[in-house]
Amino acid sequence: MSVFDGFKFRSISSPIHQLDPRAKFVYVCVLFAVAVMFNNLIPLLILFLIQIPIVFMAKVQKEWMRSMKGSAVFAIMIFAVNLLSLYFYAGHETFTSILERSLAMTVRFIVLVQSFSIFFLTTSPDMLGLALEQSGVPYELCFAFTTAVRFVPVLAEEAQTIIDAQKARGLEIESGNFLRRIRNYIPILIPLIVNAIRRSMELAETMESRAWGACKNRTNLYVLKIKTNDLLLILFSLLLLTVSIYVSIHVHIPPLTSLFT
Amino acid sequence: MIIVENLYFTYPNGVEALSGVNLRIEDGEFVAIMGQNGAGKTTLVKHMNGLLKPTRGRVLVDGIDTRRVSVARLARKVGLVFQNPDHQLFSETVEEEISFALRNFGYDEKTIKERVDWALNMLNLERYRRISPFMLSGGEKKRVALASVLAWDPKIIILDEPTIGQDYMQKEKLRQFILQLNQQGKTIIVVTHDVEFVAECNPRTILMKQGKIIASGEAEEILTNEDLVREAYVALPEIAKLFKCLEEYGFPRNVIDVYEAADLIYKRLRAGNERI
Repeated sequence: MSVFDGFKFRSISSPIHQLDPRAKFVYVCVLFAVAVMFNNLIPLLILFLIQIPIVFMAKVQKEWMRSMKGSAVFAIMIFAVNLLSLYFYAGHETFTSILERSLAMTVRFIVLVQSFSIFFLTTSPDMLGLALEQSGVPYELCFAFTTAVRFVPVLAEEAQTIIDAQKARGLEIESGNFLRRIRNYIPILIPLIVNAIRRSMELAETMESRAWGACKNRTNLYVLKIKTNDLLLILFSLLLLTVSIYVSIHVHIPPLTSLFT
Repeated sequence: MIIVENLYFTYPNGVEALSGVNLRIEDGEFVAIMGQNGAGKTTLVKHMNGLLKPTRGRVLVDGIDTRRVSVARLARKVGLVFQNPDHQLFSETVEEEISFALRNFGYDEKTIKERVDWALNMLNLERYRRISPFMLSGGEKKRVALASVLAWDPKIIILDEPTIGQDYMQKEKLRQFILQLNQQGKTIIVVTHDVEFVAECNPRTILMKQGKIIASGEAEEILTNEDLVREAYVALPEIAKLFKCLEEYGFPRNVIDVYEAADLIYKRLRAGNERI
């Protein structure tokens, strides 16, 4: 639960929250592209550090720490796998360079998680739906998307209640061998799926009784507009992308250790 | 016997649902827990079979600290029937649904059959034996859920909102049934909003508010105390409302039982007639 809190929208007011989701999306895409572009530790560390002021501007440090802590396990795994495989298959490299490359891969993963976390922490599902709609995606699909996102916490809570109810009837989920454990989930999955289907039917009925889809041309109370800050973010992202492409082609990036010797 | 000592519980999202609950429920007692939504009633009963473990304080069931044993072990003693049967029904037939817990507890096939027969008969579900529980009405589903817990004969039975979705006849049957179980020596704990149901059962009544117990005592005393009842966001039972109005004519206030009320009024009428 706590890991997911690192990706769940927090409704607070900050300059980052007020940014257009489309501008933030461009930024995240660029960040992804740049993170994949480099194998070296220095640029990846820079990417990581660039985002820290954004986290503080958005006032989501606590939640961001959660996503970081949650990803720590995977980060350690990625580090270990890289270290071991490089150690055994790239024999001619020095240990420090192996270490640095493994660290680079780990930081890349952390940067990806971090940008995801910032995007979802600061972008409400409604705004995301709105952004989709204004990008020309049919309203039915946008609605399906926002509804799906909105019902995730509801389903999670319901799953917990079902687990409790079955445990109260003596179900021990963590017992038995592998097959037995899979079978233990049947009493949880069936009520969960049945209820989800029933709820979607009810939702459809209530939507229709509230005249869903009555007008062909639907208007919105809120309309997204690209403002100065959004433009600045987009410009910054494009700049970051150009510089990164230039650097990756023309500049030889020294290893981090060489800076100290 | 259940002993709750200085129980605090905070959910992972930071909401403190229980703040310092002390409670002692003797064997064979009949207790109703009432209070507004979010008062912590369900959270409290989920501690009694170990589904939730105390953040601070402790809960003892027959002297066993709930933190030390698994839910499955406690569940044999403490049967908890959840509010919404849709959160537990999953089998292809009612019969299988009821035998689920029995199989989990490792009873042999012969005992399982006997117990399922007994539970079906007890709750008047015999004719639905081979029907899918998903085909049943809301009230019937609730009875299946109840049967599936009663089947293993736990000595403490906790019912979370048992009267919701039941028509008057079923509610009356449920009341008789609960009283009968109580007479057989079972400890019964009912979590409910249904003040009339509690008034008719007349159990020991506990009022909760914001994670604390604000009153505990006989239903007659608690449910006729207007200040207490208002504080817990519970309504006065109809009979209590009537006797509140009759107070100025010298009637007692702590009446919630229909028959007792009728008796008092009848006596007063007769006394009045004789005077004329």
